[in-house]
Amino acid sequence: MIYADNAATTKLSRSAIDAMLPYMEELYGNPSSLYSFGQRAKEVLEDARARIAACLNAEPREIFFTSGGSESDNQAILSMARFGEKRGKKHIVSTAFEHHAVLHTLEKLKKEGFEITLLDVHANGVVTPEQVRNAIREDTCLVTVMFANNEIGTIQPIAEIGAVCREKGVPFHTDAVQAAGHLPIDVKAQKIDLLSLSAHKFHGPKGIGVLFARKGIVLEPIVCGGAQERGKRAGTENVPSIVGMTVALEEACASMDENAKNLTVLRDRLIDGLDNIPYAELNGDRIKRLPGNVNFCFEGIEGESLLLLLDDKGICASSGSACTSGSLDPSHVLLAIGRVHDVAHGSLRLTLGEETTEEEVDEMIGAVKEVVTYLRNMSPFWRDLTEGKRKHIFEE
Amino acid sequence: MALYSEKVMDHFRNPRNVGTIENADGVGEVGNSVCGDIMKIYLKIEDDTIADVKFETFGCGSAIASSSMASEMIKGKKVSEALTLTNKAVAEALDGLPAHKMHCSVLAEEAIKAALKDYYDKNGISYEESLFAEKE
Repeated sequence: MIYADNAATTKLSRSAIDAMLPYMEELYGNPSSLYSFGQRAKEVLEDARARIAACLNAEPREIFFTSGGSESDNQAILSMARFGEKRGKKHIVSTAFEHHAVLHTLEKLKKEGFEITLLDVHANGVVTPEQVRNAIREDTCLVTVMFANNEIGTIQPIAEIGAVCREKGVPFHTDAVQAAGHLPIDVKAQKIDLLSLSAHKFHGPKGIGVLFARKGIVLEPIVCGGAQERGKRAGTENVPSIVGMTVALEEACASMDENAKNLTVLRDRLIDGLDNIPYAELNGDRIKRLPGNVNFCFEGIEGESLLLLLDDKGICASSGSACTSGSLDPSHVLLAIGRVHDVAHGSLRLTLGEETTEEEVDEMIGAVKEVVTYLRNMSPFWRDLTEGKRKHIFEE
Repeated sequence: MALYSEKVMDHFRNPRNVGTIENADGVGEVGNSVCGDIMKIYLKIEDDTIADVKFETFGCGSAIASSSMASEMIKGKKVSEALTLTNKAVAEALDGLPAHKMHCSVLAEEAIKAALKDYYDKNGISYEESLFAEKE
């Protein structure tokens, strides 16, 4: 099997598993318990908090453990909305291609009377700090822009946006789910006020994540109950997963430069290989993109059949076609960069990981070429394109 | 649980009757590229019987499987019989489709009906308009 869906989830690191096991088998105490067996868990929890903070250049008290990226996004946005609302500020700036954890939370707020400005992400999938500056108003209570896009991997100018927001006095949240462990994060230098991350995107366990909230940011709990996480997130802490996440993040950060270097070589090899397919185009900026992300649109075919046939060849990939999204529309990310529906249905995302080899990349190039040709040969849409009854969207 | 039944995967992996027919007696095309599904059916009709059928499909796995199954179900049948083919029958023959994929079987039924209508029109055969009324 060739696993090329590392943006969906990653393999749990061996050292993370090893670090987690004692907290499932023996040291299962509740960190809130008074006795020393529980307090040992509490110490581990606080040690993890400090180590996670160090990876982000944050303070330990600014780290809140959550169930993952979606919860962190929800809490960050809702907290700033509630805070702003009390001060008559009901305007939020974001982008058109955020993750649904952000977009659906914003939609919910819109129904409550908030005004949402979604910035255009241009054909290359990158917003500019000037756009953010121009969108900020007197009543803006939050700017939320993702660190790197989950589908097309484009990296946003986070430090520059952070600087604009700090200057304007507007809280800045970034969904860094795809970036954490893969790109350098320094919440102080990048002037980030709130940040979401999810462990399973950097070889940590699923169901655990972090919400960073800079000192002074008022968080509103969305899970109510006990006083865990300084009253901001109720529920007994998932100690084994928190330990696994900490080890995985440290590991990812320690080998970040080396991983990025290796992955970029493989990514560019894959991009060059797929670019040879006629009427195919890379989605998103070629340079400002995650080291492991490749995303193409192919004219004349549909993404789900492409994925099923690649699966038959042992390749795990993903697509932004409507048939894989479970809705009638193809990916909002591809539409946001200006892809028309016709080609957005024929998209393929391959996200490489540290275990991906050059041989696998070459195998994927061969397999995609073969499957695209096969599907085009039975596609009436492709026939119309080749017979000149429809105009090609891409250049050959 | 797999997304699709074994039958769907079989027809998707080894689609029957893929291709075109030159000078077909009836051609029907339904769907559009914006929605991500296009089916085109070609019919060769002899003695009021579907002597040959070919299809081309742009779409997901269940769209390709539905076209393949529907083409098998009408091959060798009388035109009047082919007209009674329903999307439900196609879906059942595939051992079922996920709820959000039922529209693929509807497209298959519509593509066949469109090809038969084309055959009627080309040959000046009269028919009740209701026969080809659009399905909801």
